Amino acid sequence: MSSLRSITLATLAKDIRLEWRSKDALNSMLFFSLLVVVIFSFSFDPVAEESRRIVGGLIWVAFLFAAVVALNQTWARELRNQVLDAYRVSPAPANALFLAKVLGNFIFVSVLEALMTPLFIVFYNLRALGPAWQLIPLAIFGTWALVVNGTFFAAMSLRTRNREIMLPLLLFPISIPALMAMVQATTAILTGEASARFWLLLLLTYDVVFTTACLALFGAILHAE
Amino acid sequence: MNSVRFLYAALIATALIHGTYLISLFRRYRRLRQQMKDLGK
Amino acid sequence: MKRAFPILAVLTTLFVAYGFYLGLFVAPTERTMGEVQRIFYFHAPSGWTAFWLFFVNFIASVQFLASAKPSTQRAANWIVIAVGIAGAIAPFIPQVRQELPTGVYPGSVATTMLLLPVVYLLIGKYFPGRNLDALAVAAAEVGVVFCTVVLVTGPLWARPVWGIWWTWDLRLTSTLVLWLIYVSYLMLRRLTDNAQTPVLAAVLAVFGALDVPLVYFSIWFFRTQHPQPVIGGGGSLDPRMASVFWTNVAAFSCFGALVCWARYRVELMNRDVEEAHAVESLQDVGSSAGVEAKPAKRRSML
Repeated sequence: MSSLRSITLATLAKDIRLEWRSKDALNSMLFFSLLVVVIFSFSFDPVAEESRRIVGGLIWVAFLFAAVVALNQTWARELRNQVLDAYRVSPAPANALFLAKVLGNFIFVSVLEALMTPLFIVFYNLRALGPAWQLIPLAIFGTWALVVNGTFFAAMSLRTRNREIMLPLLLFPISIPALMAMVQATTAILTGEASARFWLLLLLTYDVVFTTACLALFGAILHAE
Repeated sequence: MNSVRFLYAALIATALIHGTYLISLFRRYRRLRQQMKDLGK
Repeated sequence: MKRAFPILAVLTTLFVAYGFYLGLFVAPTERTMGEVQRIFYFHAPSGWTAFWLFFVNFIASVQFLASAKPSTQRAANWIVIAVGIAGAIAPFIPQVRQELPTGVYPGSVATTMLLLPVVYLLIGKYFPGRNLDALAVAAAEVGVVFCTVVLVTGPLWARPVWGIWWTWDLRLTSTLVLWLIYVSYLMLRRLTDNAQTPVLAAVLAVFGALDVPLVYFSIWFFRTQHPQPVIGGGGSLDPRMASVFWTNVAAFSCFGALVCWARYRVELMNRDVEEAHAVESLQDVGSSAGVEAKPAKRRSML
């Protein structure tokens, strides 16, 4: 168990170091996120009262598209340098690599969300009428839901002819219950009209179920021949 | 009786969907059988 | 078994035609909805057929993944048997019986649960190795066809009767998501056409199956918060209508099974041809090196 943890942390640290040195993906993703927020604000420009009802959907769709662009690059570096082949023949558990990737993506997408949220608040004059603190677990569970399946499907898409389009094709249908939960919970918290508790529980269940499935089946994907 | 048109539309749509699939399946079958003959099996 | 196909095709066609005849002419006209309600007699049976075809795909996918190692295969067999037995006993326990939705008999739940290990083990026996994968793709494709019929006939029924083309109710939305998942499954198979395709596709099928109950619960809760008109005729059926309905379910199931079988055979043919092509190109290369290659004969009872 400790080898799993140490390999995961080592791989994660390596990814963060590499990313920080080049800052390629980070800069382009930051700008992309800003553009998404601005475009959405131009397209859906309601008065403050109605905005609370629809902004839940807007925010998560924006996050979803930003996450997909980020996830598409997940395995790019590994692919370029044949790291996956090296991993296949090494005795290291496949899950360590997967967990490291998921954690890295989680941190990355969370940074993007943290940057996009204030922009949304500004453009839509948002103020939460319900318990705003619930937005924190919502963001954590929701982002994890997108990132864990996204990293897994990105790995599956590696052997595909149209790699970039395959990821959203696979991710979107499977993520529908999670997306519904995220949007409904956000709306519930912002409007204060309902309790977000059920949706948060559903998201947590979704996270547990699919994290387990991904961990159980990543080895099969990696060693598929 | 306007609503009966929807019944006809549904029947036609069903026939079209199944028909298209079965025709494509049959054409695939014919092509494969031809290929197998060419390979001399 | 292979000779039987033309006869079965004729019988199935007659059966389906009979089902249509019953649905369109014999069944009594619904009082409030009128003739348009007859769409129900091929809309709902198509749905049932699509669901059990997707179920077959799921079973075949799980078996395929489990068959990678003998130990996982044995473990999977025992788990499935345990689930079947537990599911057969559970509906009769009072606490569980109370939780069953109205109109659902414990006996039918028990029978369905017992079918799970039976179907699982039968499929494992008659579709060894790669044939499992061929069965999976056949079931998925035909399932998508039937599911498309459901999604097209549904709005055509809803519009004249309830005035709206679509509503985000439990059944329609679940069907739509199932359709989306399996279309993405077929796209994965088409765009990944290499040796890893069976494993990747099987994994996606498992993910899809895990997703379905979550979809169901999320829409169920959404509906309790935002009540919408119930479309699709909730409530019990007049017995004459019920008998026509079930006859159509049987007829469409036979039709679905037949087309699935046909698609399965075409898939096996496809693989034989591909293998023969590969062997041929190997022989072209190998003959210069003096190597002989023989293609493997594919055995299939069905």
